[in-house]
Amino acid sequence: MTDCKQFCTFFLNGLFFGVEVLKVQEVIRYQEMTRVPIAPAMIQGLINLRGQIVTAIDLRCRFEMPPRPEGQLPMNVVVRSDDGAVSLLVDEIGDVLEVPDNAYERNPETLNAVARELIRGVYKLKERLLLILDTEQAVSLPAAFNRPAPKGN
Amino acid sequence: MANTPIDEIVKEFLVESYENLDMLDRAMVELEKDPRHKASLDNVFRTIHTVKGTCGFLAFSRLEKLAHSGENLLSRIREGMLPLTSARTSGLLSMVDAIRHALATIEATGLEPQEDYAAIIQQLVLLTDPNASATAPEIVATTPVLVPMAAPAEVAPAPAESTADFAASLLPLPVAPALENVAPPVAPPPVAPPSAPITPAVDDSQPPLATQNPADAAMPKHSAVSDSTIRVDVSLLDKLMNLVGELVLARNQVLQFTTQYLDTSFLATSQRLNLITTELQGSVMKTRMQPIENIWGKLPRVVRDLATTCKKEVRIEMAGKETELDKTIIEAIKDPLTHIVRNSVDHGIESPEVRVQRGKPAEGCLKMRAYHEGGQVNIEIADDGGGIDSERVKQKAVQRGLITAEHAARMSDHEALHLIFLPGFSTAEKITNLSGRGVGMDVVKTNIEKIGGTVDLQSQFGEGTTLKIKIPLTLAIIPALIVTSGGDRFAIPQVSLLELVHLEAEQARQQIEFIHGVPVYRLRGQLLPLVFINRELKLDDQTVNAAASESLNIVILQADGNPFGLVVDEINDTEEIVVKPLGKQLKGVTCFAGATIMGDGRVALILDVMGLAQRASVVTEERDRSHGESSAHARKTADTRQTLLLFEVGAGSRMAIPLSVVARLEEFPQSSVEHSGGQEVIRYRGQILPLIRVSKYVLTTEGAPPGKDEPMQVVVYSEHGRSVGLVVGQIKDIVQEAITVKRHALGNGIFGSVVIQDRVTDLLDVKAVIRRADPSFYPAKDADLAAA
Repeated sequence: MTDCKQFCTFFLNGLFFGVEVLKVQEVIRYQEMTRVPIAPAMIQGLINLRGQIVTAIDLRCRFEMPPRPEGQLPMNVVVRSDDGAVSLLVDEIGDVLEVPDNAYERNPETLNAVARELIRGVYKLKERLLLILDTEQAVSLPAAFNRPAPKGN
Repeated sequence: MANTPIDEIVKEFLVESYENLDMLDRAMVELEKDPRHKASLDNVFRTIHTVKGTCGFLAFSRLEKLAHSGENLLSRIREGMLPLTSARTSGLLSMVDAIRHALATIEATGLEPQEDYAAIIQQLVLLTDPNASATAPEIVATTPVLVPMAAPAEVAPAPAESTADFAASLLPLPVAPALENVAPPVAPPPVAPPSAPITPAVDDSQPPLATQNPADAAMPKHSAVSDSTIRVDVSLLDKLMNLVGELVLARNQVLQFTTQYLDTSFLATSQRLNLITTELQGSVMKTRMQPIENIWGKLPRVVRDLATTCKKEVRIEMAGKETELDKTIIEAIKDPLTHIVRNSVDHGIESPEVRVQRGKPAEGCLKMRAYHEGGQVNIEIADDGGGIDSERVKQKAVQRGLITAEHAARMSDHEALHLIFLPGFSTAEKITNLSGRGVGMDVVKTNIEKIGGTVDLQSQFGEGTTLKIKIPLTLAIIPALIVTSGGDRFAIPQVSLLELVHLEAEQARQQIEFIHGVPVYRLRGQLLPLVFINRELKLDDQTVNAAASESLNIVILQADGNPFGLVVDEINDTEEIVVKPLGKQLKGVTCFAGATIMGDGRVALILDVMGLAQRASVVTEERDRSHGESSAHARKTADTRQTLLLFEVGAGSRMAIPLSVVARLEEFPQSSVEHSGGQEVIRYRGQILPLIRVSKYVLTTEGAPPGKDEPMQVVVYSEHGRSVGLVVGQIKDIVQEAITVKRHALGNGIFGSVVIQDRVTDLLDVKAVIRRADPSFYPAKDADLAAA
């Protein structure tokens, strides 16, 4: 009776996230990357994606979550943004889910500032909650970084 | 047809007409120089005729009418019935401007402008009258004013023109016959129209022209050229360029594999791939290359108009028109170049009277030169005008509040010249519509720097000014030096590379010196600040500590004319790299200009030398290191030379002290000065450092007292474990010189004078100054000795 949306899902620090399927360009395994010195911490490095240079953003860092445990390699969710492809580094990839629109609910007011900025809303699934990531926000630097890196230290 | 928002035909008409008009500008100016140059005249005529014809076809009647009146005039000139005077040229040029304006309106709205161009048309009609021409006043092309003239018969056309739009299409008719019969010199054409039959203008006017046009002979050649070329969308070329970039990367990767396999056919194939790719890359690059003439071509017209307006005589000379540049770069330098040329004519070249007075030919000369050099294009714009008065520049800068008075006093001439690149600077006494609004040179500079170029200015007051622009050939694929540091690879654009220096551990220990913890290297007698990339980019701190014990690789780079040494772990190779932009997340990181993909498929960052230099504070606006000058000196003089620190005290008096007595050079904010026992002191490294203002103790022309915001330049002098700070005006340079004292004992505090860098420089007697300022500085015995 209601419309459905498809989401590409992934796990991050135990939370279950979704990105609209149409926004996802591809999902790839961990890639060697080139670090960018003196860049904001959330920028993990640059990936060569078939001749295209893609910036990799560590979502854990963006969400101000603790770093990934040693030895666990992240996966790349390459999303399309206004500024070309950007790769989001996540813990683990889930299935592509079709969820009904009526399971949607807005963020509870109690979310902290970072989460409120990055999470658009929540789908109540049977066994867990699916958090919808705002990709444009996720690939942008937090407001505090939006000026040139300070000189020196 | 014309009412629909720009269909294909109109678009083509616009493109073609713009091109034709550009050509027209050039031809006109040429024609003025040599009015009998038949080919140019035919060219001009044909162009106007084409515009007219197409306008008629597309029903742009007002524009057609305008073009027609121009054609009228031109046909008379072409038949030798009228001489081409300056007034006529101006009239024709103002018509060209009007047409261009109309084209712009058509491009924007799809409709021709409402204006009926009566003023210009009437002016053209008047100019067609041979009798009036003798008395015709000079008409300035940029401001087409209707000049009333005493030629009653010709005033008549005015009402005819203002009647109605459709009258316009009538106008051409009487003229076409006039073209055929050369006899009637001034058939007053515009008077006739009302009675003429209403037929579309094109039909009648074109055939006669086409058949009897003597220029027809040249036509086949012209069309042959247009047959062999096609118009290609620039975005398609861009895409092609990107693909070739990818191919180059893939080729590089394949070539790396060839070292691992011994299969000869594979080797041969990859060799072929290599060659073809290189050739393809070259050809694709070429499709985007355009001769600089494309923008230069417009300049003679600009200069001509401007010179007429300013009542100056200016000749423009161009060399290296065929020099080719990438299209994107051509676009980027178009406006800056025009601006520079305008400046040269408006501010640079003097009026004929002044020039004659100064013993120069009345006609000023603007020389433009373009040439390739070391993968870059150099463009020089030189005028033989009045040059820039650095004093006046300083005054203006002070007046406009861009710098403080005493900052100005301490400034070198070269620095002062560069003030004109500050935003909001202008020396023009009055604002004209041409220049003097104070927006300009700063925009020129930023625009050129945006595409990785540099601007330098040299000026001899009274002799002229030369502006030198260096720009890269292309932005897409650049040669770069690959270095490794802290385990990462970086590409350094070859453009900013000066040389490479390798120091063995032993040499490194001896030749790397520290000034207050800042490492410097003496390169042929010139102090070169060193920047450790590992420390700047926080890669890995080992090299910094190991500096004294390991061999060093120094990449000597140039940022804004300031050389500095970048210490890297390893220097690998030079390679052609494809520049890829960084994502928006990395825009704030100024040290990187982009990224590229290396042969092994990994990404490497491209260093932005300017950004890196800024981060490491190598580039400060203040210091004039006069690199070339002093290193040339260093080579000439023998080993008896002494190393001297040059500085300025007060207004423009240069002083020197041996570098050996200098402990450190420091900069303190004025606010940190404190007072103790009636003396100025400063807290410095946990001690109290007494300050001595040198200007108080030596006879100098008094400069203005330093402003509150200006940092003080302090030379720290140490002896017997005690230190004193000498406050000087501005640190200039460190030079090695063989000193010959030219004049002795000028007064207290000065040993004598020497000539350094072709300027008189006083040798400061540091001890005498300190003794006078602070008698307690030397222990009693020492003081006696020194006095003796």
